[in-house]
Amino acid sequence: MSASPLAAGTTPSWTTLAQEFPALQQTVNGHPLVYLDSAATSLKPTAVIDAVCEYYRDYPSNVHRSVHTLAGRATEAYEAARTQVAGFIGAQPDTLVFTHGTTESLNLVAYGWARRHLQPGDEILLTPAEHHSNLVPWQQAARATGAHLVYVDLTPEGRLDLAALRAAFTARTRLVALAHVSNVLGTENPIRDVVQLAHRQDAVVVVDGAQSVPHLPVSVSDLGVDFFAFSGHKMCGPTGIGGLYGRPERLAETDPLLYGGEMIAEVDRERATWADVPYRFEGGTPNVAGAIGLGAAVAFLDRVGMDRIAAHSRALAQEAAERLTQLPGVTVYGPPTDRQALVTFNCEGVHPHDVAQVLDSQGIAVRAGHHCAQPLMQTLAIQSSARASFYLYNTREDVDRLVDGLREVGRYFGR
Amino acid sequence: MKWGDILGANLDELYREVILDHYQNPRRMGTLPEPTHSMGLHNPTCGDKIAVDLRVEDGRITDYRFSGHGCSISMASASMLGDAVVGKPVPEATAVARGFVHFLTNPTGQGAPPGDLEALGGVRKFPARVKCATLAHNALMEALAARGGRAEPH
Repeated sequence: MSASPLAAGTTPSWTTLAQEFPALQQTVNGHPLVYLDSAATSLKPTAVIDAVCEYYRDYPSNVHRSVHTLAGRATEAYEAARTQVAGFIGAQPDTLVFTHGTTESLNLVAYGWARRHLQPGDEILLTPAEHHSNLVPWQQAARATGAHLVYVDLTPEGRLDLAALRAAFTARTRLVALAHVSNVLGTENPIRDVVQLAHRQDAVVVVDGAQSVPHLPVSVSDLGVDFFAFSGHKMCGPTGIGGLYGRPERLAETDPLLYGGEMIAEVDRERATWADVPYRFEGGTPNVAGAIGLGAAVAFLDRVGMDRIAAHSRALAQEAAERLTQLPGVTVYGPPTDRQALVTFNCEGVHPHDVAQVLDSQGIAVRAGHHCAQPLMQTLAIQSSARASFYLYNTREDVDRLVDGLREVGRYFGR
Repeated sequence: MKWGDILGANLDELYREVILDHYQNPRRMGTLPEPTHSMGLHNPTCGDKIAVDLRVEDGRITDYRFSGHGCSISMASASMLGDAVVGKPVPEATAVARGFVHFLTNPTGQGAPPGDLEALGGVRKFPARVKCATLAHNALMEALAARGGRAEPH
């Protein structure tokens, strides 16, 4: 890393930054890889890979337990990562719980908070655009408590309908679950406005930040949310690590999801007391390497600059959306403007699996399927779609390759 | 299947002409008014669904229809399966479907499947597409395994 272009005081070009990602230095099916699936998981920079390797190689010890030197170093690195990641999302370290990712974070809220606090007849507001991980936990919590799901429809363009949301609040609304950025439409939801509406009714706001934290400067304290979930692997970090932010008063009234080692204060034969927040939510040996890797990832993203990353990914997605719209037979979903880092589309008469297969034969990786958002697919009246998503290591050349690749799809299936 | 084999695979080995023909001109697409056996299956990776309707008379498959949405591979495979099983006794039809799944999922799978189904052999080099190619076959096997009645769709 001594030759890193991220040395202090420099502003590396995007092409230079791409060289920090070893996975990009390969050909796939005879073509240089164009990776357009970062919304599923991002590539990892050398700094993150090195941090994970260093832990396993040099100080692979458990945290918060032993007194020996390596354990001390591991604990220090794990907690330093917590401080770093918390700072990255504008939170205090003791309000950040390390989880295995967005799914576990949302389940922790659904099990630990919602099941404890929801009453029969209470209402959970959400949209049909939610990822399954911000939908199924609420379905299950509703079943368990007798609460109901209330869907707030999107505008025809695919944006959150704030007027409809305002109208959907009742005296029984206890919880609002919403993505910060849609993983299909690329829309950014006005979380601050939602929080304002919800808090007027004493409803708790849970935000799925899986697609926003990697791409936007995020401050949970500015947003004012009650809970905020995100995944490390979509933001240059390792898989199996993520976080849940909770307002201190909310975390205090949340039950742990996992009981056992590491999360207790005192245990006798009949009962136990819990460790302080956030440790009470981290039962068992945590993903130490993952947390350290995520710390390295946010350090990397900070050095590049989240404002720059946001502008870059957005510009690429916007250009891709505009150029794809021009292609014969291609339908692009989502609003025409204010698009975050992704473009979801279909090619007339060609199934997305086939689109993705032909693109893969040209070394272009995109996602095809329902994107874990089947209710949204139903709303859009499609079975599935293809999605190209962009990140800091993508360039305009990648958009060119995608457009050329889709022309090839047309040729191949039009034959 | 080694990764190197996948990298060496040519797109034309997957999308043979006969597959695209079945995709664009599917045979026996639709539903049966009075099926004796039915089963609908999802491909969980993409949400695609294929339902198979069968009429079994005197232990023989006398009619077959498939319906649903899917990619070229899953739809072509469902179309080809009808040709391969109509007129066959139930055990033989089940053997066709089971043999096809084995052919695609076992690298050393012996015995080319009958009829146009053989053209789907290229799927063996694209493991991500095996689920697509076998969806109708699994639906047919499950429909027939639910003896004497309609199987509930999943």
